[in-house]
Amino acid sequence: MSDQTTNPIAFVAEGTIPPAPPPANETGIVKWLRENLFSGVTNTVLTVLSLLLIYVLVKNTMPWIFNGVWQANSLSECREILAGKTGACFAVLTERWPQLIYGFKYPEEAYWRPNLAFVLMLVAFAPVLFFDLPRKMLLFTAVYPFLAFWLIWGGTILVPLVALIGCVGASLVFRKLGSNSFAAGFFGAIATALVIWNVGGALIPEGASDNAWLTAVPSRDLGGFMLNMMLGVTCVSLSVPLGIALALGRQSNMPLIKWVCVIFIEFIRGVPLITLLFVASVMLAYFFPPDSTVDLFLRVVIMITMFSAAYIAEVIRGGLAALPRGQYEAADSLGLDYPQAMQLIILPQALKISIPGIVNVAVGLFKDTTLVSVISMFDLVGMIRGPILASTQWNGVYWELLGFAALLFFVVCYGISQYSQWLERRLATDHR
Amino acid sequence: MSELAIDREIDRSKMQVSDEVAIEINGMNKWYGSFHVLRDINLTVNQGERIVIAGPSGSGKSTLIRCLNALEEHQQGRIVVDGTELSNDLKNIDKIRSEVGMVFQHFNLFPHLTILENCTLAPIWVRKTPKKEAEERAMHFLEKVKIPEQADKYPGQLSGGQQQRVAIARSLCMMPRIMLFDEPTSALDPEMIKEVLDTMIELAEEGMTMLCVTHEMGFARQVANRVIFMDAGQIVEQNEPEEFFNNPQSERTKLFLSQILGH
Repeated sequence: MSDQTTNPIAFVAEGTIPPAPPPANETGIVKWLRENLFSGVTNTVLTVLSLLLIYVLVKNTMPWIFNGVWQANSLSECREILAGKTGACFAVLTERWPQLIYGFKYPEEAYWRPNLAFVLMLVAFAPVLFFDLPRKMLLFTAVYPFLAFWLIWGGTILVPLVALIGCVGASLVFRKLGSNSFAAGFFGAIATALVIWNVGGALIPEGASDNAWLTAVPSRDLGGFMLNMMLGVTCVSLSVPLGIALALGRQSNMPLIKWVCVIFIEFIRGVPLITLLFVASVMLAYFFPPDSTVDLFLRVVIMITMFSAAYIAEVIRGGLAALPRGQYEAADSLGLDYPQAMQLIILPQALKISIPGIVNVAVGLFKDTTLVSVISMFDLVGMIRGPILASTQWNGVYWELLGFAALLFFVVCYGISQYSQWLERRLATDHR
Repeated sequence: MSELAIDREIDRSKMQVSDEVAIEINGMNKWYGSFHVLRDINLTVNQGERIVIAGPSGSGKSTLIRCLNALEEHQQGRIVVDGTELSNDLKNIDKIRSEVGMVFQHFNLFPHLTILENCTLAPIWVRKTPKKEAEERAMHFLEKVKIPEQADKYPGQLSGGQQQRVAIARSLCMMPRIMLFDEPTSALDPEMIKEVLDTMIELAEEGMTMLCVTHEMGFARQVANRVIFMDAGQIVEQNEPEEFFNNPQSERTKLFLSQILGH
């Protein structure tokens, strides 16, 4: 007997089996429903219960929303119009709209200025967020902070101009000196900026803002959601670079830099933000020269920035630690120096790993800007809790106002989160 | 080990050792904490030499070549690479690193950059080569390692052998005078070992000075002009490959060879 016929293991495929379409009940919506909603007795029961719950919720909220009154001058007027029906009093939103958005002291005829600043902000952020856009647009991004300052605060254009010249001078000095020694460039740049700011500040005549084309608006007149946006955007954009610097400093071989960073991070993280805000509003004045009037907005920005920078630094440290040692070694072995290795190899990868964490901090920070209402700044929540709810017309309209605040914050935070997910997909090059 | 990996005639016409000294190590010692990893290393490598460093794991062979471009710091002794002494001076270290290419066991390509960008990065930023020229040179070396068609892909899309060849091309783009190989084939499948060894042989045929830490004894036998055997942090034996394999002197070498070639 030959092995060929009796060997039970031997097998040779006789040809290629052609691909066939799957059975009908394995595709499309039927399959999806069966797998996701009705895959067993328990799941079927849960599906039915959930549908019931959704139905009850919708049934009870829809009349409230759709019967809503949009035009009225007070809560009692709302109730008259509703005449006993269930319904929301959205009229508070329309009537107090400017207060919710701009605060109650910002001059009405100047509302176009923050509006324009907001639109320009979108243009300024575009090239940073979407790097397929032409790089030349970054020039506008660089000018934008000064422009926005001028638009929102108004007053003489000389102030933001001097600030801009100081920054340009500093970056020129850094480019010149920094190519030889990073430290020389760094300190040279800071010195240049300080000199230009001081000289320029002294040159601006007293009262230059009095009859300026854009009326000057003091910081205490800012308010509403505009204030939340301003604080959120400023603090996030400042705390990311500061966080990177702190994370790198914490990894430094130089003990002085390392310990300064460690102490800063640990101290700031160990203190509640609300405490820092009280320090900003009450105690920080003791640290500045007696007759200097450092703006409250600036003090709050400093505190929130430090707070979130400490968190972002730890997030980025995690990203740095997640990189294989080999990446540092490969960068070293090619002769890249420290700034090059960081800029080209290490940070792009570490930041990519850190995106979810950074976004987490950014979203948290944005919502934390409402804490400034505690130190009597009238942001969105401050406006609602203070001037609006305390007024005789609108006393008691909680759901509509706070729901509106929640919606505004949700839209922004959800947008940030969606952007970060897009960014992660866009940057995914490792094909794991 | 896989002696079968090399299946072609090797062109020895350009494999010439010159009198010019490429690397000189004098009385070098290194400790990790209190552990003495490298003990009194003395080694002179001439331009054009192809040296294979073998030894059991933990014998310090990787540490030795990593000291040559200051990825590891040595505590005692002198290392002179291509006329520049390795000291704490960062300028010297960067100079040496840009003249000495290194290939790692785990390739260490930059995963966020394309193959072409991996190859042009250092020439553009360290050597200040114009982008166009750097790209042309990169394509030249990618053709040499036979993967020009992958230039626009990312490292994660390539096989291990292809990645290692890119790593070699990336080093070559810096026009190094010396190449260090730290177990370049240890993380690869047998089929891929061959493609990487072929690339290394071609490099040797062009007269490159090479120091290879490897377990590929076939490569050592046919390409190296000198084999160094290390154990417990010291150089135990060094000889021409023929003598080293057929007539080892020290007991330790004999044991190692019997283990590595025995089956």
